[in-house]
Amino acid sequence: MDIESAKLLGAGIAVLGVIGSGIGIGSIFSAFITAVGRNPEAREHVFTMTMLGFALVEALALFALIIALLLLFVF
Amino acid sequence: MASPLSQFEIKTIVPIEVFGYDISFTNSSLAMLATVLLIILFLSIGLKNSSIIPSKSQTLVELSYEFIAGMIGDNIGKEGMKYLSFIFSLFMFILLGNLLGMLPYSFTWTSHIIVTFAISFFIFILVTFIAIFKHGLFKFLGFFAPSGVPKAMLILLVPIEVISYLSRPVSLSVRLFANMMAGHTLLKVIGGFVFVLGANSFIIGGALPVAFLIALTGLEIVIAFLQAYVFAILTCLYINDAIHLH
Repeated sequence: MDIESAKLLGAGIAVLGVIGSGIGIGSIFSAFITAVGRNPEAREHVFTMTMLGFALVEALALFALIIALLLLFVF
Repeated sequence: MASPLSQFEIKTIVPIEVFGYDISFTNSSLAMLATVLLIILFLSIGLKNSSIIPSKSQTLVELSYEFIAGMIGDNIGKEGMKYLSFIFSLFMFILLGNLLGMLPYSFTWTSHIIVTFAISFFIFILVTFIAIFKHGLFKFLGFFAPSGVPKAMLILLVPIEVISYLSRPVSLSVRLFANMMAGHTLLKVIGGFVFVLGANSFIIGGALPVAFLIALTGLEIVIAFLQAYVFAILTCLYINDAIHLH
């Protein structure tokens, strides 16, 4: 395998890390919907925590994306 | 077409060299300077004729102040109020830096890891010094040994705690940098789709990517707010750890 195709394959494999983040974001928002469904008054308070969790999980997807971009454009 | 990463290129505007070190005034420094001037402008216009019944611009300033004060009150408590000015300036600096980067042809200085790492490393050192001065070195080291765990488990737990403490500045800086860089690269790539599809098919071919690009720009602005918020709230949590140690 020449180096160029190995790079492209590597970038494709690296981006698989986004799967975990997708599962995480799904579970965060499902927990948020459940919480608001049970206690609609807590919506404001739970929403800020949801956003914090969302941002933390989304960052992990971006770490994988950064590796893919590094493979594609930098090396 | 230029690479989507070419927008992050640093260009020298005024070359300065001191003792062999390159400390030139670059487009990154220009963007940071513009951010600081924007903050000063925002605050001074808002507070120029401050009155009990606030004007529109004064309401904005008060809103951002109360937002940060509420965040500190929730996460640290009364002892944290002396760090209000630090966290407020940190939040405003990152928020306006992110929003400034959303202007076309501007430069996002938060998309450079060296800048965000310098900020987060400063926070890391500050937090460590607060903990050592407040509780003494011995109690600070006790922070790495969680209480109520069997002695044998400590062999495993202490290295994990130390590594997680040391990785704080890295994760804090990489989170902001990765969000900003990935977001702006994505905007550029989708912008390229608009160009290619619009040129190669009917005009209608470019319309779909344009709609997606507009939605994505909105998402990017939300993320600019969210990342500044996350940066500020994590700084609050770290300072809270240092003040209360558990």
